[in-house]
Amino acid sequence: MTLRNRELAALLTVGLLTAIGFATVYIALSSKISSGSLGYAVFFFGLYLVAHLVARATVPLADPYLLPMAALLTAIGVTEIYRLGPSNAFRQGLWIVIGVTAFAATLFWLRHDYRVLERYKYVFGVTAIFLLFLPLAPGIGETINGSRLWVHFGGLQFQPGELGKIALIVFLAAYLREKREVLAQGRLKDWGPLLVIWGGAMLVLLATDDLGSALLYYGIFLAMLYVATARLSFVVAALGLFLVGAFAISRTTPHVQARVDVWLDPYKYAHTSGYQILQSLYSIAHGGVGGTGLGRGIVSSPAGIQVVPDLNTDFIYSALAQELGLIGAAALLLLYMGFVLRGFRVALTATDGFSKLLAAGLSFSFAFQTFVIVGGITRVIPLTGITLPFVSYGGSSVVANFLLVAGLMLVSNRANREEAAA
Amino acid sequence: MNKQIRQVSVAALILIALLVVSTTYWQTWAVGDLAARKDNETKLIQRLTVKRGKIFAADGTVLANNRVTHKHGLTIYTRHYPQNDLAPQVVGYATNAGTTTGLEQSLDDYLTGANTNLSNSLRDALQLGPRTVRGDNVYLTLRPDIQRLALDQLAGRCGAVVVLDTHTGAVVAMASSPTYNANLIPRGYDKIKKIKGTCGDSSALQNNATVGLYPPGSTFKMLTAAAALDSGAYTPNSPFYDPGYCTEYGQRVSNAGNPDQNGPEAFGNVSLAQGFEHSINSVFCNVGKHIGGLKILDYAKRFGFYSVPPIETPPDESAASGLYKYNKHGRRLWTPTSNTQIDSGRLAFGQFNMLATPLQMALVGATIANKGVVPKPYLVQKIVAADASTVTKTTPQTLGRAIKPETAAELNQMMQLVVQSGTGTSAQIPGVPVAGKTGTAELGLGNVYDAWFVAFAPANNPRYVVAVVVEKQPNGFGGSVSAPIAKAILEKLLAR
Repeated sequence: MTLRNRELAALLTVGLLTAIGFATVYIALSSKISSGSLGYAVFFFGLYLVAHLVARATVPLADPYLLPMAALLTAIGVTEIYRLGPSNAFRQGLWIVIGVTAFAATLFWLRHDYRVLERYKYVFGVTAIFLLFLPLAPGIGETINGSRLWVHFGGLQFQPGELGKIALIVFLAAYLREKREVLAQGRLKDWGPLLVIWGGAMLVLLATDDLGSALLYYGIFLAMLYVATARLSFVVAALGLFLVGAFAISRTTPHVQARVDVWLDPYKYAHTSGYQILQSLYSIAHGGVGGTGLGRGIVSSPAGIQVVPDLNTDFIYSALAQELGLIGAAALLLLYMGFVLRGFRVALTATDGFSKLLAAGLSFSFAFQTFVIVGGITRVIPLTGITLPFVSYGGSSVVANFLLVAGLMLVSNRANREEAAA
Repeated sequence: MNKQIRQVSVAALILIALLVVSTTYWQTWAVGDLAARKDNETKLIQRLTVKRGKIFAADGTVLANNRVTHKHGLTIYTRHYPQNDLAPQVVGYATNAGTTTGLEQSLDDYLTGANTNLSNSLRDALQLGPRTVRGDNVYLTLRPDIQRLALDQLAGRCGAVVVLDTHTGAVVAMASSPTYNANLIPRGYDKIKKIKGTCGDSSALQNNATVGLYPPGSTFKMLTAAAALDSGAYTPNSPFYDPGYCTEYGQRVSNAGNPDQNGPEAFGNVSLAQGFEHSINSVFCNVGKHIGGLKILDYAKRFGFYSVPPIETPPDESAASGLYKYNKHGRRLWTPTSNTQIDSGRLAFGQFNMLATPLQMALVGATIANKGVVPKPYLVQKIVAADASTVTKTTPQTLGRAIKPETAAELNQMMQLVVQSGTGTSAQIPGVPVAGKTGTAELGLGNVYDAWFVAFAPANNPRYVVAVVVEKQPNGFGGSVSAPIAKAILEKLLAR
């Protein structure tokens, strides 16, 4: 079977799973089977069929499992979002259409050689900084839950940091490819750019009050730096710098300080700042090993108020863990592992430094973002508002992650093509 | 670069594996602790979606069931009590806000299906999917007709009636007055709290039968007589001279102050049995002085005093009977260690800070009827799961032997005399020998008394024991107020 036929078969399976998931939720919520639920599944399958055909035409040799896994993740997300509130599912569906369009456009645009991006590395660097700091712009920036991560145009809310993340990875891949030998020598003057990026992360933390985003960007930077230079000492030193800086800022920034306090002892703040994380933990625990079943969990009060605030965005994992249980949550995490593994495999098979760094950066960012949000929800680290890739409700996240898949598939296609040629 | 890429990929996988570990922790290890937390909204809402088991009376009458409503995709079960005010202090209530009392509280795990028996565990293990949690159904020993009769007889006066099966200890009726309609709790709690009955300060919410502590008055003579006879110090025929008073600490304690006594003020030469029959304080005063208060308390303990009777309602809704001491924090159970601490004469006829619950006094009567063995009281006949399998079934148990069978037989005879020709003649039932003991406890409020009667019948082959207390009766005595209530109940129980 060719790679693309494998992809098609996998997508068919995903389509079937989506149909079952939707039917389950629909039956649970309204006690009847409706062709509407099937319609949703058919619509998604059709959408991904288009993505598949574009991939067939543009990147025939790309990894066949990345797109189906992304499709499955979006299906899980949109199913749960539908369960939590059908109107949001419709909007999320629109964002997925936009995401798939962006995916197809990227593949089409860069089908010959994506490495042209390397040439525009500073454009990406500046774009990344612009997007990261955009929420600070007066008038369009918005503070939600104490973090200034959003911009809004009219009725549309957008987290520019999600796209900034992709731009940052492209920039770092190009920059580190160029400077890796120099950096690896470890001369003091070469630490300059490193310190600049550290300062940037601290500035993001200070300006947006968001430890999660700062941690995410800095984590991506460290991982890519290590891949490029193989110098563990750099990573350790940089990590130390980050911790010192983050600690100092947490002492002076009440919002960050509060998040750390709640992390250490949520029960002490059960009715105030610890309410969300605690109710979320109760929700997760209620699912137990087997879960309550899709659509049968307890997500809102008899008055219709969601038990856990932000359940369909940052806390969607909490709803999923309750309804799917430990079995389902572990399966979801395994799916993330599977995606990350395929991503790193692309990095391993890539033949040039830029491609390797790009694929490794994209894969690591995907894994690390999952860790930051789910780790926050399950009290491994302090909670920070960030989306669960492909699953959380939110347009910017969905579009950014489709670009991420496109990037990995482009690298994969090239690597496999060169291998076939060799 | 591939070496570093592999290392970073391993690090990334470890991070996600950590999430599997942390999720496992919250969904297995921590589940119990989190479920028990008071601020757990999920659990509070989940409680509403549990179809609580029904509670049935002995004849199948539904005492508690559910009403179903649908809100925001949730199926909500709200508790309903079809018998309204029949036994709210025993059955208790369970509100949607999560408050529970009575059996609704103590049997909550069964009623919500949360009890971890093998079949439930198996069900949870095999069935991953969701379903409405159906609690177990509970079948009580209460007979609604007797319960209703007891309430009617109390007629709004403060007090309680306890009816036990003398052989098994099954609670046939446990009525507490004043009563209230459990269906009004969610919206009318404050109103219910203000229900006073005729006595003025009782609460409809409390179960007078198990937590109401009353001075037992002359009903306590059953315990003094048990101690006197069982210890071998006296026989029913032991002679006494009653000058109309008893001398205690150099002072005369006059019979005249005893509202329970009938006949002349000074009986002269009497036997112990006659002293019991006519409830003569001077006789028992002398018994007490002779055998000592500690001995009497020792026997009282064998009947269950000084411990909370083991019944299925929540432990904090029952009180232990015994001597109580008062301080600024209220009253506290007190165990004396020497006879010098006790006014043995007064204790012997039921005064001196002795307080007893109606359930405890019913157990005293049941023990005498049961040839000296204390039956273990129980309200729950059986618990049946939603799938009709039996979860538990109560087999009658005893709490040990309090007195010798011969002592019990002698007391039985003496109690029959009380009804035949003594203070309790108003409890006579034609054709049925009734054994009983009156009590009329002074409250230090003038001619206002707590009127007691403890009786069992048929005396020659006892089946039921009834303990009645009616609080604060103006010029109302055990023989005149409570004995007729016991009679009415026994008559109905024995009518066939």
